Amino acid sequence: MSRDIYDIAIIGAGPAGMAAAIEADRRGASVVLLDEQPRPGGQIYRNVGIATPRQREVLGQDYAKGDALVTALERSGAKHLSDITVWQITGTGRIAYSRKNQAEQLEARQVIVATGATERPVPLPGWTLPGVLTAGAAQILMKSGGLVAEDAVLVGSGPLLYLIAAQMVAAGSPPKAMIETQTGSDLQAAMKHLGGALRGWRYLAKGLSLIAQLKRAGVRRYTGAGDIKVLGSDRAEAVSFTWKGRELRIETDTVLLHQGVVPNTQITRSLQLDHRYEEDQRCFVPVTDTFGLSSSPIVSVAGDGAGIGGAAVAALSGQLAALGALHRLDLITNETFETSSAPILETRAKELAVRPFLDRAYPPSQQTLKPVDTTIICRCEEVTAGDIRRYAALGCKGPNQAKAFGRSGMGPCQGRYCGLTVTEILSAENGISQQETGALRIRSPIKPVTLGELAAYQEEEHA
Amino acid sequence: MFTPLETASGRQVTFNFDGREFTAQEGTPLAAALLGAGVSEFRSTPVSASPRGPFCMMGACFDCLVQIDDVTVQACMTPVRDGLVVKRIPRPDVSAEPHDSAPQGSENSREALRA
Repeated sequence: MSRDIYDIAIIGAGPAGMAAAIEADRRGASVVLLDEQPRPGGQIYRNVGIATPRQREVLGQDYAKGDALVTALERSGAKHLSDITVWQITGTGRIAYSRKNQAEQLEARQVIVATGATERPVPLPGWTLPGVLTAGAAQILMKSGGLVAEDAVLVGSGPLLYLIAAQMVAAGSPPKAMIETQTGSDLQAAMKHLGGALRGWRYLAKGLSLIAQLKRAGVRRYTGAGDIKVLGSDRAEAVSFTWKGRELRIETDTVLLHQGVVPNTQITRSLQLDHRYEEDQRCFVPVTDTFGLSSSPIVSVAGDGAGIGGAAVAALSGQLAALGALHRLDLITNETFETSSAPILETRAKELAVRPFLDRAYPPSQQTLKPVDTTIICRCEEVTAGDIRRYAALGCKGPNQAKAFGRSGMGPCQGRYCGLTVTEILSAENGISQQETGALRIRSPIKPVTLGELAAYQEEEHA
Repeated sequence: MFTPLETASGRQVTFNFDGREFTAQEGTPLAAALLGAGVSEFRSTPVSASPRGPFCMMGACFDCLVQIDDVTVQACMTPVRDGLVVKRIPRPDVSAEPHDSAPQGSENSREALRA
């Protein structure tokens, strides 16, 4: 069969993917942008193109910044395939996807993976109960469901937690409490990076302003909290925790968890690209050069999927990845490549300056990195932290072996919400680095595909 | 609990979940429509029949699984449309046959290592 061949295929229509598509199209490449959602924006700018005035008021100015990218994308000649599920990418640039229950494929000379971030796993007792969601999920519900959490308790740490809390305040539904896991010594450790933070002062000022808004709204914050448990039999009913030597309990039916975000590396791992464990952000990242080029000469990674930097950095990285791909395709000259990328590189360095401070001030909590034995760490197969420790005692060295021992990572989420935790536990138990312990291997289909879709696809293959 | 940010302005449609009728704005993610209607438990797990509902709302966690036309789908990735009939995934009978659970699995692994 004949299939479409593009110069550049981009996976993910968040800030990185949109910026890459706009840049590549503008410079004459044939571009296809594939995305799961019905509208461009990614999670950060989700639905910005159809947001109501009320949603804009609640979500704030940084959300509205997505307008420019969405408009530029819509005006560009890039082909935007929305509502599709990419389930396989090969090392030769063939992309298999499903659209309206039909499997299709296309080919690209260069591929830019811009699949963003997912919430870091937050394995706490009770985190699988209905009524417990990620804080990011609560924000998505504001953008995409027109809903706000009521009397919710926010648990965890990180700048996003303050943003979401402030958005809830703006929506007239402030959180009942914030149970925060970062400690005074985390802040102290972060202070040596204050210089960088001051270069990124806009981020710092925004964070301080959010915290001030929460204070004005009377939101109760418990910082340095530990031993956090969500209680309830069939759904969340309360959160218990220790704070300043006291045991506290707050009644709530909605608990929103957040311990920062981590790169979504499902596609990059399925492509068997080189990855490394990033100590500062405590997660695996694909190994890339300045322009996002991975260990494959045809695959670049842009945005949070290559390391957490936030939306502004993601858009700049998307542009840089596009310039790199255009250059490799000989669609731009050496000179254009260099003169166009220099100012973007400079801006990106400034935008990234605050990161080391944030990474140290808001680290994942010890409780979630080293969950107690009874805590479920694999939500799909209900494998506990104790199970993983037992496998370690039996000689299990890595997450792929642990999967064979006890199914962690074998369920439908394919390790998205247990993989990092399994690596952390095995690394601690065996006394070997996270890098050496490694990450789960990911195989296609990276998202579920029906047998009917697969069968139709195979027919096409042999036709 | 989740409550509306504002009065819905879009086209309202009716759908059915687990035998109950619900109304939501057309195109809203099914998981959001149900959460907004006060439904937070969507299914029971195959391992221990524990209740589960939406967790990530972005297609990553697979906890909001439901069935539409006998196909298991993610409720957070499925837009509501008029007349949609959504079923719960049939509850597994965990009492009849014990699942090959983790502790048992580790016993097997122990034997395998010894062998």
